[in-house]
Amino acid sequence: MTKLKKWSLQPIKAFALLSAASLVLAGCAAAEETVEPTATQSEAPAAVGGDLVVGLIIDPDTIFPWKATQNQAFRMLENVYSTLTGFDADLNVVPALAESWEISADGMAITFNLRDGVKFADGSDFDSADVRYSYEAIQDEANAGVARATLGGVTSIETPDADTVVLNLATPDVGLLANLSTVNLAIVSSDDTEEQLNVATNGTGPFMLESRTAGQNVILVRNPNYWGDPAPLDSIEFRVLPDEAAIAAAMSAGNVQFAVFSDPITARTVSGAVSVSTTPQLGYHALMMNPRKESVSDKNVRLAIQCAIDRQVVLDTALLGEGEVTGPITSPAFRSDPNARPCPERDLAKAAEYLAAAGKVGGVQIDAIVPQGLYGGEVEIAQAVAAQLAEANITLNLEVLEGGTYVDRWIAGEFDTAIALNGGRPDPDGMYGRYFPSTGNLNQVAGYSSDSMDKLFADGKKESDPVKRKAIYADVSAELENNAVWIWLFSAFTYTATSDTVTGFTPMSTGSWQFLRTTGLK
Amino acid sequence: MRRILQSGALRKTTGAFATLVGVAVFVFFMLRAIPGDAISASLGTEAAGLTQAQRQALEEYYGLDQSLPEQFFSWLGNLFQGNLGFSVRAQETVLDLTISALPVTFQLAVFAILLALGIGVPIGMLAASRVGKPRDIFGQALSLLGLSVPAFLLATTLLTYFAVNFGFNPNGLGYKTFFEDPSVNLQQMLLPTVVLAFGISAPIIRTARAAVLEIRSQDFIRTAKAKGVPTRTLQFKHILRNALIPIVTMTGLQFGYLLGGAVVIEQIFSLPGVGRQVLMGIQQKEYALVQSTVLVIAAAFVIINLLTDLLYRAIDPRVRAE
Repeated sequence: MTKLKKWSLQPIKAFALLSAASLVLAGCAAAEETVEPTATQSEAPAAVGGDLVVGLIIDPDTIFPWKATQNQAFRMLENVYSTLTGFDADLNVVPALAESWEISADGMAITFNLRDGVKFADGSDFDSADVRYSYEAIQDEANAGVARATLGGVTSIETPDADTVVLNLATPDVGLLANLSTVNLAIVSSDDTEEQLNVATNGTGPFMLESRTAGQNVILVRNPNYWGDPAPLDSIEFRVLPDEAAIAAAMSAGNVQFAVFSDPITARTVSGAVSVSTTPQLGYHALMMNPRKESVSDKNVRLAIQCAIDRQVVLDTALLGEGEVTGPITSPAFRSDPNARPCPERDLAKAAEYLAAAGKVGGVQIDAIVPQGLYGGEVEIAQAVAAQLAEANITLNLEVLEGGTYVDRWIAGEFDTAIALNGGRPDPDGMYGRYFPSTGNLNQVAGYSSDSMDKLFADGKKESDPVKRKAIYADVSAELENNAVWIWLFSAFTYTATSDTVTGFTPMSTGSWQFLRTTGLK
Repeated sequence: MRRILQSGALRKTTGAFATLVGVAVFVFFMLRAIPGDAISASLGTEAAGLTQAQRQALEEYYGLDQSLPEQFFSWLGNLFQGNLGFSVRAQETVLDLTISALPVTFQLAVFAILLALGIGVPIGMLAASRVGKPRDIFGQALSLLGLSVPAFLLATTLLTYFAVNFGFNPNGLGYKTFFEDPSVNLQQMLLPTVVLAFGISAPIIRTARAAVLEIRSQDFIRTAKAKGVPTRTLQFKHILRNALIPIVTMTGLQFGYLLGGAVVIEQIFSLPGVGRQVLMGIQQKEYALVQSTVLVIAAAFVIINLLTDLLYRAIDPRVRAE
């Protein structure tokens, strides 16, 4: 009761004294406490023990890894389940459940040597039968696993012994190693069913589920059977707070120790002993075009759009400059050079030339769908792009849509152009292999394919030499930009806020929180 | 039986039932008129990569493989058996989720109404006691402020202000029920109660002021004054009691709204009540969750209205006489 008195009287007194003027002061007071985001990473050794509270704006919508698509579910599940391969902090493919692998000389088979002595959280042994069970279940359309397409080229799975798995491929696929690291391809026990895993987890990751209260929290505790170094933390609570402002308030009050913000302004309102680090993301904002639609079918019209946009100004206007201009491929090892595109700087004269070449001297009218409330800042980006295009005699008619309507139209490819925020992946084949090859399952949305593009993606799958592979995807990038298939704008940042008691966490450009397994509390 | 029929209880019950059926039909079809479904809400643009067979499997998983009439009558049939449906996302029945959420909303609504009455009735009476004088101007200004300041603005400002300046953010601790931790629970209810009561007290001030002014102008008050009835007795026994009917009506309405309408406040202060449950259901296109919760809220509203009617009888002998 003492605690109650302490808290309940202070605010009432303060409330009575402050009245309406305090509304304004509140904003000012928070602004004065701004913590500038920095690009630092916490590399101090993690202390053992402690309970970390992570702020989320919505709770994970599933605990079943094969169907997870929500960001929050991914962040939680990647700490509960393991995959055959993984990524290090620099996005290099590293062993996980597979200790090593060999690719056959013709590239048509990959043999994985599994880690010894791995156990699931329930204490049962992990072996090759679990890998085969998991992958075959994901391949089965009836199970609606979202990463089924990743295993589309796997024709059969062999398990010569308990520690070995062989994936036989229809065509060579070098990118598969990277793509196997998604938690959508998590290995579950062959004794478990989807129904069981919908209510309780049983993974081989560093943590396991203790409890889940819908709309309130998810609590993970350390998995004593984890195959790697034991996680320093005793538990992680993913606590649901309604929005980023509420999380910032909770961090300022010391109730939450870890959160990732997408809004730079909110990240700066966090006060107290909190550090904020900035991480560029692989995801990118783009003006997607559908060249199969008449208004943007002419390459010259698309190039005119390309030349009429100053990406930095759009970034400054819509996202306060918090991001970096990018080309199609954002992963560090294959990054596209934004200066290699036609019109790397805004060039209205060149845009006019392209329009004239298209026979559209009088200007063009193009429709664009824009999501509202689906991501942050898309309407502002659309308005900034439209304002710039208007100066080049290109009228972008913005159709701002509710999230669900936008998704329906996007999925059906029913748009001339679309303002979009698309996710990025470390491997360029994983990133665009479903969009631009004519057989890609999102090619209808991408709206573009060509024989040369099909060949480049096929070559990229076969080529194991990193240097040659990089050259192939540079060609992919060049074809996309030279044809202005889409207009790639910029990648945004995320802001990882950690209280000063948190050590050992490394933010990643994939958005992954896998390093919660090395995080500790002082 | 005859008395029941005469008192209109049957008519009211029938009306209430018809209202609930209307709400059920309306909510069911409105939800489906919103673009998208549970699949696109869950997968977003990733749904574009689904094969036909995958889509069918997911439709079955989310219960979307039936026709609309089949879904509707299946839902209604289940409702009559006490089955409100199942939340795929939470992996819990809607009944269990609602049983957890209702007490939160009910507690908040009761606190807010009590505080609003505590503020609204005295200030309304004070305002009416000297029309046009400072106390009346203060009362009118306060009610105008209560009506004008958006609840979400006041809520987010208070939340941020107290967190940053006082380190007071009990709602960031994760919700605790009164029985789990009464101290934390009451702290978590404090700011949302203040915000809601601030808004609700405005119409109560206005209603109380208008009702008191009207009663004071009645002949029986003049007679009571002439008979030398003490001021205190006059104020509370004669004026306030007679002014209560519109105040009770207004309070009942506001309480009903609170049971379903505190969505924004529950969301801002992370209170896992029914309003937040509906909001999350809409975001995730969880039809069963939204339909059944809205119906529960509508039922609560109807019951509050019936109780308000009954309260008239206790307050006003003329209603009893009818």
